[in-house]
Parts: sequence; structure tokens; C-alpha cells
Amino acid sequence: MLEVRNLHARVEGKEILRGIDLAVGAGEVHAIMGPNGSGKSTLAQVLAGRDTYEVTAGEVLYKGQDLLGMAPELRAVEGVFLGFQYPVEIPGLNSLYFLRAAVNAVRTHRGEEELDAVDFMALAQEKMKAVEMGEDLLRRPVNAGFSGGEKKRAEIFQMTMLEPALAILDETDSGLDIDALKVVAHGINLFRSPERAIILVTHYQRLLDYVVPDFVHVIQNGRLVKSGGKDLARQLEDSGYAWVEEEAGEGSGLGERGPAA
Amino acid sequence: MELDNELVGSEYKYGFVTEIEADHVPPGLSEDVVRLISEKKGEPEWLLDWRLKAYRYWVKLEKSEAEPKWANVRYPAIDYQSIIYYSAPKAKKDAPKSLDEVDPELLATYEKLGIPLNEREALAGVAVDAVFDSVSVATTFKDKLADMGIIFCSFSEAVREHPELVRQYLGSVVPYSDNFFASLNSAVFSDGSFCYIPKGVRCPMELSTYFRINAAQTGQFERTLIVADEGSHVSYLEGCTAPMRDENQLHAAVVELVALDDAQIKYSTVQNWYPGDKDGKGGIYNFVTKRGKCAGRNSKISWTQVETGSAITWKYPSCILQGDGSIGEFYSVAVTNNRQQADTGTKMIHMGRNTRSTIISKGISAGHGQNSYRGLVKVLKGADNARNYSQCDSLLMGSECGAHTFPYLEVKNNSAHIEHEASTSKIGEDQIFYCRQRGIKEEDAVGMIVNGFCREVFRELPMEFAVEAQKLLGVSLEGSVG
Repeated sequence: MLEVRNLHARVEGKEILRGIDLAVGAGEVHAIMGPNGSGKSTLAQVLAGRDTYEVTAGEVLYKGQDLLGMAPELRAVEGVFLGFQYPVEIPGLNSLYFLRAAVNAVRTHRGEEELDAVDFMALAQEKMKAVEMGEDLLRRPVNAGFSGGEKKRAEIFQMTMLEPALAILDETDSGLDIDALKVVAHGINLFRSPERAIILVTHYQRLLDYVVPDFVHVIQNGRLVKSGGKDLARQLEDSGYAWVEEEAGEGSGLGERGPAA
Repeated sequence: MELDNELVGSEYKYGFVTEIEADHVPPGLSEDVVRLISEKKGEPEWLLDWRLKAYRYWVKLEKSEAEPKWANVRYPAIDYQSIIYYSAPKAKKDAPKSLDEVDPELLATYEKLGIPLNEREALAGVAVDAVFDSVSVATTFKDKLADMGIIFCSFSEAVREHPELVRQYLGSVVPYSDNFFASLNSAVFSDGSFCYIPKGVRCPMELSTYFRINAAQTGQFERTLIVADEGSHVSYLEGCTAPMRDENQLHAAVVELVALDDAQIKYSTVQNWYPGDKDGKGGIYNFVTKRGKCAGRNSKISWTQVETGSAITWKYPSCILQGDGSIGEFYSVAVTNNRQQADTGTKMIHMGRNTRSTIISKGISAGHGQNSYRGLVKVLKGADNARNYSQCDSLLMGSECGAHTFPYLEVKNNSAHIEHEASTSKIGEDQIFYCRQRGIKEEDAVGMIVNGFCREVFRELPMEFAVEAQKLLGVSLEGSVG
């Protein structure tokens, strides 16, 4: 589904990604872990098409197409979803109206008919239950006055409404208490399917107790320095990132890849 | 209310010129021109006298260079002797008695502007008075309204048919000596709309006037007078467009509203005069005096304006809250893009007891646009328990534009309760990227964000016009981000 090859990217002249290789297949859940400033969020943003980051080398194939050549909105309607670490507030813009525009953009792209307000509401009410979203929240402007947990739940709710093929969730677990974390994890697990791939970008092991990944990658200084199964996350939790750094220094595991898509 | 979000073509699409033979007076202003206008309209002596008083007053003002200079706008001096003060499409007969007699070229013009004057095709529930350059060319649904005692006609007709009403209220809210442009208008005003709602009547449809400047070198000086008698309700709309021309054209209108006991007037404007080109060439100078008087107890006047056009906008729709318990409201969206300038706001004058006012102003600046909010809240000595809430928000798009806020407060009564909030924000790349990541195109995203910003004002507009306003905003701001 997704193949990242030797991806380099920089912001304001500073190189953040320094040769990322990653292959994600349908049905897989990949966790990307790493210390602060390692390039985790940059990778997520670059994949979504944020133009503050300049891609200097490498390529990304999504379903065999050149992802980096696509506008952000095209990536979105083609099925790439980014769950934001800090979802932005848009005062005055009704959440439901916004989400209907988004859902209909995807549907139009697929050659499906747009949903009218009634059908859209019916769908929204069904999906809301999974993430325990109150309808009152959706009657408010986009993310306006939402608590941290509400914003993250709203992101997961949007994901389930948009039904992307590839969901990149950027620190969706940060700032959540344990109950909210369980709700969010439940939403993600319901979303898992053999046709879909998920990339979980996270700092902590915590989320991975509830959403068990197929692969875990460690990113450091803009490179994937170690990859493994779900146990790798636990090792990191116990021993921190320092031992990976030492190993990476010896050259093992550099650029290691998951199975081909 | 959910609004359709659709962005239309980026060009000013009302910029065409109608080829029609016109009857106009030579350029320039003199006592003779004022007399000629009055004569052409067959006006009674008292009105000519009023015009002449206004003219003489204006001459004094001009000599003492009393053209207002305090607004935060810049423009070269206007040569008042180069303007044509009266231009009317030549009628085949005297005045058209019905729509069948209106020049088909004119009907086609309004059709093209999306304002069908044919009653069968007209927007259901909206009666239209169409003003073309200096004269009203048609008024729809007049008979239907007349059955309820509502008078809705051109100003000229009102002078002929209802002189007592016109004489009683003309200049009662905006006297001819009010300000430079109001004096000029009082001397040379040619037409406009008149509306009277009798006691206890709720007007069953929106009344609207559609102003069109067509002729070159011509100024438009219309006057609108609306009187809502005791317990009556009316909702009134105005729209305006003009051809694209390289020279600036002056539009100096006066609007007076009078609300008697328990009466309510809602006045909405969607102003889309030609704004000039990208470099600021051409466009309308929109120097307008609008004021309403809540003369009666518990009366209410509400102004809603969406100002997207004009090279320069200078207007302050205001409320004099004279009656005890009366309410004034001002909801405004003003957009300035490219080289447009706007200095707009309101005055709320609290005179009666328990009077309340609300001001919601949204300024949007893009390109090199300069946008100023200027508002006065004045509470007089006798105005016990006056309340005002003001909110002024500015949205900046790009780094070359400007937003300015000039709130003035004069309170002479300690029981007044006044709140003022202001904010300035920049349309965020974060917001646009968030929308695009959800599959929404950049221009639609900008439209949605801006419309969200304006929501509190748009929801005050009648439905069809809210949609229209939203489209206009999209057109005005197209290409401003990125």
C-alpha cells in the first residue's frame, strides 16, 4: 500500500528526515516510535503533504502512485488520512457541515453520490457511538473549545466517517487519560481491517497495549534505526531509547524495513 | 442555518454596460442644475426649496473645505464639477405605467444581474424596486402590497402621490445639514425608494431595491426613506452593482429609517459596487449616510451589511434610540481586497431609558486592502440603564493588508452597561491544511473558514441573500491565499 524509499525532508534549511525506508502493506498496523524531535511527526506531515516541509530526496509510492506529486486534498480523497497531533480550531465553522463537505469530497472522487443532510446524520450517529462522541460536540464549530481528549476523539470519529485506506495517527494518545485512551483505542481497533493500513506515531508504549501493532519501528535523528515485532515496543518501554541508539551507532538495523507491500 | 459553499468565477461579473439612450444634464453642479433636476421630476415648490437650501449649505461646506477628512481612507480630491448629476434612460413614453412599458433592454439588464422584474418569475416573497442611474425603472408586487396599505414605490412617485408623508419625514433623521455628502445628496438626489408600513401591519414579503449605476461619469445620489408606523414590521434589502470603468464614480446616498412605537425595521445591504481593478484603478466611491431613528417606545432597528465592493467605503449605519426600551443592532461584514479601502462602523445614540444596542463587526482584509472599524456608543444623561455590547473582529489574509479599530465611547449616565470585545486573527495555514487534509480544496477551505468567521452576521440575512453574500465573499477573496 505504502512504500517510502530513502525519504529526505527539511524545514527552514534544517534536515529532519535523513533517509527513511518503510513499507506498509494492507491489513497491517505499524507503530513508529522515537524520542522527541526524532522526526516522527515530520514523517506524518510529509506523507500528508504539508508544504512547510521540503522533500529533498527519495520517493513515496501509495497504491503504486507517486504520493509526493499529489496535492494534499488529492491524497485525502485517495484515502490517506492524517489524525493530527494538535487539531486546529476553526471558529464559526460547524463541525457537521465541515465533515459532510469532507465526506462528500471523498464520495465525489469515488464517483459516488453525495450524501444529503439526512443520510449524513444517520451515518454520523451510527459512527459516533464507537468513539462515544456526543452529538452536542458536533454541533459546535470545528474543534472549538474542545478539550484535548475531545479533539483526539473527534479525529478518530472523522477517520471512521471518511473510511481511508491508510490512516496515519500522529500522537493520538498524547494528553489522554486512561479512559479516553481506551475509547480511542477501541475506535482504532474497530477500524482495523484487511483492506486498511494504520501507522501509529507515538512516543509511548501505552497505546500499543490496546492497539497491538504488527510492526514497530524506532526513528532516531531522521532515520529508522530499528524495526521489529510488538515486543520491541515493550523493550523500549523497559530500557528507553538509549540502547537502540548505541546499537544504531554500531550500524545494525539501519534502514531495516518491514515486509514489502 | 447551513449555507451552500460555492465559489464562482473570479471576475467582477456585473461589469457590463447597457447600451441605452440616456437623458442627462451636463456635467457640473450649480443652482441651475438643482432646479433642472427638480423640474425634470415635476416637483412641488417645497421640495425645490429644500434642495436649494441643501445646495447653498453644501457650497458653504465646500468653500470651507469641510469634506470629511477624518476617515482612514486616501483618495485624490474629487472634482465635483466634472460629475453628471442626473442621468435617466430615455423613456419611450413619459413614465412607464406597468412592466410592459419598461424598455426591454432594461428588463434584460436586471435579468442578467439575476433580478427578474417580471412578477411571474420574480423571487417569491420579494418585491423589488429597480433603480437605474438616477431613476426608478420598475417596482414589482406594488398592487399586492397596496391591498394591505403598504406603500412601496420610487421616491419620485412618493413625492407625487404621498407628498404629506414625504414632507413629514424627509430630513427628519438625516437633515440636509448633517454632513458634506448628505448635503450634496439632499441637493441633487434623483430617486430611490420610499416605503410606508401602516399601523399594525407586518409586511408579508421582503422589500428590496436594486441599484445599478450604468452611465459613465455619473454620480448616483439616491434617497431611501422607510417609515414603519406603530406596531408594524418590515424587512428591507438593497443590492448594488456597477460597470467596470477606469474612472472613479461617486455614490453618495442617504437612507433614513423611522420606527414608531413597537415597530421593527430590518435593513440589509449586500453592497457589490465595482471595486476597481487589482491596481486600484477605477471603482466606486461609496460615501453613504444611513441612519435610523427609533422614535417610538420598544421600537427596533437592525442594520445588516455585507460590504464587498467599492474602491472606498465610508458609511456608518446608525441608530438613534430615542424611544424608551428601543433596540438598535448593527451587523457588518466588510471585505477589502487588492487596493480597496473601507472605513465603516456605526453610531448608537442612547437617549431613551432601557435602550439596548448590539454591534457585531467583522472586517476581512486581503491583498493591500485597508479595513477600519469606526464606531461610537453614546449614552446621554437621561438614558437610564442603557446597555451596549460591541464585538469587532478582524481577519487578515496575507501580510500587506491592514485592519484598524477605532471605538469611541461617550457615557453621560452612570447606570450604563457597556461591553466591548475585539480580536484580530490571521487566517492560518494550519486551518487551511487541516481542511485540505480532509479532502477540501484550498479555495473551498478559505471560503469555509471566512464564512465561519462571518457566521454571526450572515445568519441575520434573509436566506437567499445569505447564500448570495457567501458567494460574493468567495469571489472577492479568490486568490488571496497561497
